[in-house]
Amino acid sequence: MAIFSVYVVNKAGGLIYQLDSYAPRAEAEKTFSYPLDLLLKLHDERVLVAFGQRDGIRVGHAVLAINGVDVNGKYMADGKEVLEYLGNPANYPVSIRFGRPRLTSNEKLMLASMFHSLFAIGSQLSPEQGSSGIEMLETDTFKLHCFQTLTGIKFVVLADPRQAGIDSLLRKIYEIYSDFALKNPFYSLEMPIRACTLFTPPSWTLGPSWCGCFGAGRMQLCWPYISFQLPRMLCSNCSA
Amino acid sequence: MTVHNLYIFDRNGVCLHYSEWHRKKQAGIPKEEEYKLMYGMLFSIRSFVSKMSPLDMKDGFLAFQTSRYKLHYYETPTGIKVVMNTDLGVGPIRDVLHHIYSALYVELVVKNPLCPLGQTVQSELFRSRLDSYVRSLPFFSARAG
Repeated sequence: MAIFSVYVVNKAGGLIYQLDSYAPRAEAEKTFSYPLDLLLKLHDERVLVAFGQRDGIRVGHAVLAINGVDVNGKYMADGKEVLEYLGNPANYPVSIRFGRPRLTSNEKLMLASMFHSLFAIGSQLSPEQGSSGIEMLETDTFKLHCFQTLTGIKFVVLADPRQAGIDSLLRKIYEIYSDFALKNPFYSLEMPIRACTLFTPPSWTLGPSWCGCFGAGRMQLCWPYISFQLPRMLCSNCSA
Repeated sequence: MTVHNLYIFDRNGVCLHYSEWHRKKQAGIPKEEEYKLMYGMLFSIRSFVSKMSPLDMKDGFLAFQTSRYKLHYYETPTGIKVVMNTDLGVGPIRDVLHHIYSALYVELVVKNPLCPLGQTVQSELFRSRLDSYVRSLPFFSARAG
């Protein structure tokens, strides 16, 4: 997926909208016999690999499933603790799936607030006059683009480093936000965009389809990868 | 295109070296606090990036840019961080920062038995070599504006 996720942060730094595209994260499933040659540790309610990187299992990867059954944090599906289960030689051979841990919603909230502060510090430490905050942050696996509006709302998009056209995407998201969240009389400002059915998760298809119907019709917002054409008006409800 | 300033930090957050060439706006706080704020910001950005990244990272955080400047970052496995603020027109300069570390810092400071590590670098040779190297960079223009 070229676009990994979208975050909308209000002017106090709180996350009001978040969207992930389900990019397949690298996962590795292997069968192990006792004793385990990886060192596992408990961190933040998850079981992570601390040492013993090999074969696609990296340090920092979390235990995602044991014997095909997804684990729930540090507990297995039947309530037993993962580390206790893996410490018992009677349970071997066991098949464990490792992978990059997915962020919980609490973590996303914290990261959004952290970015809000980093944005402000980036502007304070500027060697030039009149600098804005961090508009683009580059790493080797993703690029983070941020657009701050005049009212302090930040639209943050994480995308592939080679993806172009994110600036117009950010403007487009701003337009959609102002049309469907701000112009909704039942939406309270700076609050999470949840009750707005018209700001629903997009379907990741190529053609845009977008309905301005304020009735019970649900809007489908699609991300055009290549060009940002004007959407056709169609709605399942009113067929406008 | 120009270079504004350069920071070098060690793994404990001590600012080993700072020099500036074209800096128009000071941070408004004492230098010591500015170094700590810069180090703290970079530390937080690194942890932010490692959590946010959808894939396993190799080099990690590389650079960020605002509307007026671009901050380039290079970190060695021993925790030495080289940070350079430049103009927006400058592309990836990871190799420049690597040269500053390997050919200047390691050669002139680490290999110098009289230079104590873990403190601000006092070596005049290092300062002058670094200054002439940065002034010789293709994206450094000596204009005052």
